[in-house]
Amino acid sequence: MLSFRHIRTIIDKEWAEVFKNKMVLFTIVLMPLLFTALPLIMLYVTTGSTIPGGDTADLPEMFLSVCGQMDSASCMQVYVINQFLILYMMLPLIIPITIAAYSIVGEKTTRSLEPLLATPISTEELLIGKALAAAIPAVGATWLCFFIFQILIPLTGASQQVRAYVLGPTWLLGVLVVGPLMAIAAVNFAIMVSSRVNDPRVAEQMAAILIVPVLALLFGQVAGLLVINQQLMLIVISALIAADALLIYLGARLFQRETILTRWK
Amino acid sequence: MIRTENLTKTFALRKNQPPIQAVQNLTLEVKEGEVFGFLGPNGAGKTTTVRMLAALIRPTSGSAFINQFQIGRDDTQIRRSIGILTETPGMYERLSAEKNLSIYANLYDVADVKGQVEKYLRMLGLWNRRMDEVGSFSKGMRQKLAIARALLHEPRVLFLDEPTSGLDPEAAKLVRDFIEELKSEGRTIFLCTHNLDEADRLCDRIGIFKSRLIAVDTPANLRQRLFGRRVVFHLRALNPEWVETLRRFEFVKEVTPVDNRLLVRLDEPEQYNPVLIRKLVECGADLQFVGEIRHSLEDIYLQTLQAEE
Repeated sequence: MLSFRHIRTIIDKEWAEVFKNKMVLFTIVLMPLLFTALPLIMLYVTTGSTIPGGDTADLPEMFLSVCGQMDSASCMQVYVINQFLILYMMLPLIIPITIAAYSIVGEKTTRSLEPLLATPISTEELLIGKALAAAIPAVGATWLCFFIFQILIPLTGASQQVRAYVLGPTWLLGVLVVGPLMAIAAVNFAIMVSSRVNDPRVAEQMAAILIVPVLALLFGQVAGLLVINQQLMLIVISALIAADALLIYLGARLFQRETILTRWK
Repeated sequence: MIRTENLTKTFALRKNQPPIQAVQNLTLEVKEGEVFGFLGPNGAGKTTTVRMLAALIRPTSGSAFINQFQIGRDDTQIRRSIGILTETPGMYERLSAEKNLSIYANLYDVADVKGQVEKYLRMLGLWNRRMDEVGSFSKGMRQKLAIARALLHEPRVLFLDEPTSGLDPEAAKLVRDFIEELKSEGRTIFLCTHNLDEADRLCDRIGIFKSRLIAVDTPANLRQRLFGRRVVFHLRALNPEWVETLRRFEFVKEVTPVDNRLLVRLDEPEQYNPVLIRKLVECGADLQFVGEIRHSLEDIYLQTLQAEE
């Protein structure tokens, strides 16, 4: 049976270490703030006018279904702001990678892994603790920034239709469900890599590969190949649940105490 | 307390290389309250043995029991019931000494975390530095902290891997004194060390190990087995006839004159020394001192390893 005391202790330890590192703290705070400010600025700048030379006719045909009865200016704003939804989904993926990638390989380099593994903690408790320690700040920061974004939207002068859209099911699914699922995938992948390599930089670089599918979504929408709507969100959620289950399973399987201890140089 | 039967560990390296047998058929018993010194050269398999006994890695074959728990079957109970000082302290350098110990006290499910942390920080003289980052500690302080970490949950069996390695003489003495204190509390200690003088002083029995156990006994028995016992008689002047006089005794195995001294090899000096002293005095010898020549553990160790090679 899992010991929540052990899991809590690992989270506590990881946070105590991570938050002493100013650069990591900077990454956790700066990027969400940036991703909150940018859409607000975008909305403020584009409110009350269509983008010069822009018209809904310029938008990908598939996207027009998202706009429904919106006026052309609002539809344009929703199109622009929808790109930022992808960034919001990416945040919980980017933020924890640094923490998670360093989690096992960092313990290897400081030689603290052996005494840690000599305690009665189980592999599952250790991995859950490390995963949560990386995922919670990322999801928390994303949700906090989304909350700030929602509060500040009225100040941009965006129309009611736009405000309703960013509080609609597509955005809520994206931020509240896809985000945490992305975080779980990211931390498990990063921890898995971290337990197999000997250099923290390699772990970080390899874990960053996960951003590629999300970028595919972004460019897919920009190119008009897909539209981020509720249907697509449900497909993404299903795929992420499957990916998370696979990554958790592989992470636990690939974390071989003996190999980690004896092959580490 | 610790019992192993034909414990073996083989490491498979790369595909084209033959596997390495790090530990071969180790059969050993360490009794409760005993300090057992595990001596061997670098790469002999000492750390691998400790890792197996601490349920960190699995043996390839054979079995071992720690506190009645079997490795490979009761690993969590074993880890719960032992304390281990690993080769390198491996502390969290950015965290304070107190935080480091609190983390481990929680992982060992200690009931009174604050109390135990305070007890060992005070005992090892680190209480005043408890809030300092471990990164600012000297090597000796880190080692003491690592020993405290191994004791937080009051284990009855301790594995200490090179506890004084790399420490200055003062810090090494502090650690050694503390080990003696643990010994007096009746804890079973499995001590891997390169420091033969330390092993001689602390250990009830020693095992000389190089992939396999070459010799195991008390230091005194190993001395006797390898070198016998030798007594030296310091005389004001040496008469060569006395050599022959002493050789006539049945219990005397060898007499060697060196300058004004007589080196006599015999089995039970406690019993026969008075006889020899009486005889020499009767012969007119002026005896200045009598003493036993004690071979160092280093001699035993090197002799044993040489014989093995």
